[in-house]
Amino acid sequence: MIERVRVAVVGGGPAGLTAAAALARRLGDGVLVLEREAETGGIPRHSDHLGYGLRDLRRFVSGPAYARRLTSAASTAGARLATSASVTGWAGDRALEVTSPDGRRVVEADAIVLATGARERPRPARRIPGDRPDGVYTTGQLQQLVHLYHRDIGKRAVIVGAELVSWSAVLTLRHAGCRPVLMTTPDSYAPFRLTGRVAFGVPVLARTRVVAVNGRSRVTSVDVEDLRTGRHHRVPCDTVVFTADWIPEHELARTGGLVLDAGTRGPRVDTGLATSRPGVFAAGNLLHPVDTADMAALDGRHVAATVLAHLDGSASVTAGPQLNCEAPLRWVAPQLIRAGGPVPVRGQLQLWTSQFRALPHVVAVQDGRRIGSVRLPWPAAPGRVFRVPFSLVAGADPTGGPVTIDLAGFGHSQRRTRRV
Amino acid sequence: MTTDFDIAVVGAGIVGAAIARLLGGTSLTVALIEARDDVGDGTSKANTAILHTGFDATPGTLEARLVARGYAMLGDYAAATGIPVERTGALLVAWTDEQLQTLPALRGKAERNGYTGCELIESDEVYRRVPALGPGALGGLTVPGESITCTWTTNLALAIDAVNRGVTLLRGRRVTGVEVGPDATRLTCAGGDVTARWVVNAAGLGADVLDGLFGHARFTVTPRRGELFVFDKLARPLAPCIVLPVPSKAGKGVLISPTIYGNVMLGPTAEDLEDRTATGTSERGLAFLLDRGRELMPQLLEEEVTATYAGLRAAIDRDDYLIDVDALHRYVLVGGIRSTGLTAGMAIAEHVGGLLGEALDLTPRPYLPDPPRMPNLGEAGVRPYQDAARIDADPEYGRIVCFCERVTRGEIRDAYRSPIPPADLDGLRRRTRAMNGRCQGFYCGAQLAALSGSPGDFS
Ligand SMILES: Cc1cc2nc3c(=O)[nH]c(=O)nc-3n(C[C@H](O)[C@H](O)[C@H](O)COP(=O)(O)OP(=O)(O)OC[C@H]3O[C@@H](n4cnc5c(N)ncnc54)[C@H](O)[C@@H]3O)c2cc1C
Ligand SMILES: Cc1cc2nc3c(=O)[nH]c(=O)nc-3n(C[C@H](O)[C@H](O)[C@H](O)COP(=O)(O)OP(=O)(O)OC[C@H]3O[C@@H](n4cnc5c(N)ncnc54)[C@H](O)[C@@H]3O)c2cc1C
Repeated sequence: MIERVRVAVVGGGPAGLTAAAALARRLGDGVLVLEREAETGGIPRHSDHLGYGLRDLRRFVSGPAYARRLTSAASTAGARLATSASVTGWAGDRALEVTSPDGRRVVEADAIVLATGARERPRPARRIPGDRPDGVYTTGQLQQLVHLYHRDIGKRAVIVGAELVSWSAVLTLRHAGCRPVLMTTPDSYAPFRLTGRVAFGVPVLARTRVVAVNGRSRVTSVDVEDLRTGRHHRVPCDTVVFTADWIPEHELARTGGLVLDAGTRGPRVDTGLATSRPGVFAAGNLLHPVDTADMAALDGRHVAATVLAHLDGSASVTAGPQLNCEAPLRWVAPQLIRAGGPVPVRGQLQLWTSQFRALPHVVAVQDGRRIGSVRLPWPAAPGRVFRVPFSLVAGADPTGGPVTIDLAGFGHSQRRTRRV
Repeated sequence: MTTDFDIAVVGAGIVGAAIARLLGGTSLTVALIEARDDVGDGTSKANTAILHTGFDATPGTLEARLVARGYAMLGDYAAATGIPVERTGALLVAWTDEQLQTLPALRGKAERNGYTGCELIESDEVYRRVPALGPGALGGLTVPGESITCTWTTNLALAIDAVNRGVTLLRGRRVTGVEVGPDATRLTCAGGDVTARWVVNAAGLGADVLDGLFGHARFTVTPRRGELFVFDKLARPLAPCIVLPVPSKAGKGVLISPTIYGNVMLGPTAEDLEDRTATGTSERGLAFLLDRGRELMPQLLEEEVTATYAGLRAAIDRDDYLIDVDALHRYVLVGGIRSTGLTAGMAIAEHVGGLLGEALDLTPRPYLPDPPRMPNLGEAGVRPYQDAARIDADPEYGRIVCFCERVTRGEIRDAYRSPIPPADLDGLRRRTRAMNGRCQGFYCGAQLAALSGSPGDFS
């Protein structure tokens, strides 16, 4: 069976739903959202705490409420939302294979928006040895167990990671009556510089990492290594939550042969969020693992304009310089500037650093020439996106070589201490 | 003493299940007794799942004969039941001059084992076949017959077949005592004693202990741990065939193999332990594998790891299987099935049948049920989510609940309705692949826990 649509949006999270709402205002039911879960909304569906909607809806709501709002905005605008509909592969340059209880079909579109999000690396992906007991989760799984299925979690939890999402895990554990006894992170930056510092009432051990999970049927403890002394000690617990350490859900981008960015591991996009394949676009955490939901939603709004220009035949396809970054910066998004193209979402580049800088001085260099430099009044901190005005690179020569973004004052010795 | 069964087979791994299936096809009454809550929950669940030709076995041994025979038997049985098999072939790669010089001898050995398909190839042909190999490969030996399969489906098919033939499967019954009487043997089990005229010991890692309960003291099982990495499916193009090291005294060494589920495997280690339950991975083992992997195929290390696990080989202090009939005690030992039991299982059963045939009437019953049709877990075959006609007939095959492995609610339901339903979430994983994918439950874990927690919804 073949179905033809104007735009197919893969993924009904904040990015996909917001893109669909914006597109449907022009294209109505020519916009089809394909969501593999039984409900649209993406991660916010099960992230049952306040903290959503600030930049896009100018509201401060809970995850589930946010998911419902975005869903109703997209369907009110006229987009069709197909749930329990998994996109499993490509059937052509702009054709998708879809499985749902309604059948196996091919969806052909004039434009495709990939908005498949990002996930946390689970324990095996972090290559942590030990037994394979029950009680080991990612935050995503934990929150679904607690908020969607009302399951009992254990009594004592160790949280691996200390990013924004880790605090979300703390809230969920407390809600489920499980005491977070320790947060461990290899990072040592300002907020966590003191070993044993207590945040949110949870002891934080900076410069440590989990080296083993113990327990045959249920977790009984984890072994934690102090990265400074190399010493191990055992922390009794019955629950371990592996938080953050994001990887884009990039299977379709890869199997479709899109050019990927080595830093984000998502598709490489220009400032209008077009990928390397004409007619295929991307938005949300697939492109920047991981930013907050409102930023994913703003991507959705932004990509809609590019998609409409593509459908109208007025899209700019001029090649332009590529953006790279140097350690301790791990990635930058978007990665391509096009002559005459739009400025990125909110006029900012998104960057990820692995080291803390209180007042970062960011420089951009093209063909050996410094083309921009900016001192920011906000810190660059690991574990969250750090934003830099696009003006930093706006002076790039459109016909020149790649632009490299760097934190000034970083010598080579420091550069070598990249993530291992 | 009243006798419950003519024969009790202890251990429902591949070997015990294959033996029970064979005996179940006669007019004898048979019990298959398993300590764990599920079949195939011991060594048979955690191996490299290669269907071995037996090219590198020690010629003249029982193992060499039964591996070659088992290769053919399991191949046929797989075709009849739908156990997935991919005929990928293997390539032994020589990285040193010494290894290169061993290759012709290995080909000779293969021929002495009756396997004539091996060919010597030059270094550029090695790279043509596996372009992602690291630098330094000097040459290779092809083994076109080596294949990959699914150990979970194999064990389950044999056990279901046995049950369909009338075998009584007793799960959760660890044999802890043996009392040999004049006509029958009483097996003391947690959960209820069992009496049988004959007993077959297919207890894998526990075979020496059970053998001791029969009064023997002839061997000791040493658990030899093998740790493994499973890499993401997106890495699969890197490994078009099984890449084997040239075997040395130290063992078979570290291989890279595609898996039947579409992943790439790196391992195993080989380390003798004391603890027969130590199926965890170790920091040292994983670090060793990553170092080896970096040399063998640097690009593989750039890919995400989907799973790590360890299996325990039941190694014994001799270089062959130890299969022996003690007619006086009406007892058969099937021990030391160390690293080839998946392949050889059916041939081991046939061999045991031959030995037992001297004491018992093993004439097959007429009208045996057909072998079971197993759900396809293989990535190369058609899976339900891809099967338009099947989804049209039953929409539950279109409702994907594990996104990474594309397992549908229909398959979960079928697993619970099968003759040997899963006992827990891990049993469901082995029957369907659910939760075995790259997210390891980030997306689907909660829903699957709910489904497995209320299997009644499916009955
Ligand atoms: C525990 C947790 C707490 C958080 N707390 C906050 C917070 O307080 N405030 C905040 O702003 N942000 C928070 N975030 C981040 C926020 O959830 C994400 O930024 C946001 O969900 C990203 O939106 P997205 O649309 O890019 O991806 P997602 O929300 O991940 O949506 C992607 C969707 O695509 C679907 N999909 C993927 N592949 C396919 C396919 N092949 N076929 C069909 N469908 C597919 C998925 O099922 C999913 O529904 C939190 C995240 C987590 C994990
Ligand atoms: C790392 C690794 C890689 C391997 N790779 C391959 C390969 O590629 N190809 C291949 O052909 N083979 C391979 N093997 C070997 C193969 O897995 C084994 O030979 C095979 O699984 C042995 O099956 P089994 O039935 O003898 O043992 P098991 O599967 O261990 O079954 C024995 C059963 O007996 C039960 N039991 C034990 N004691 C008692 C008791 N007292 N009462 C009741 N029940 C009891 C146990 O619970 C267990 O279920 C590999 C093995 C390992 C470890």
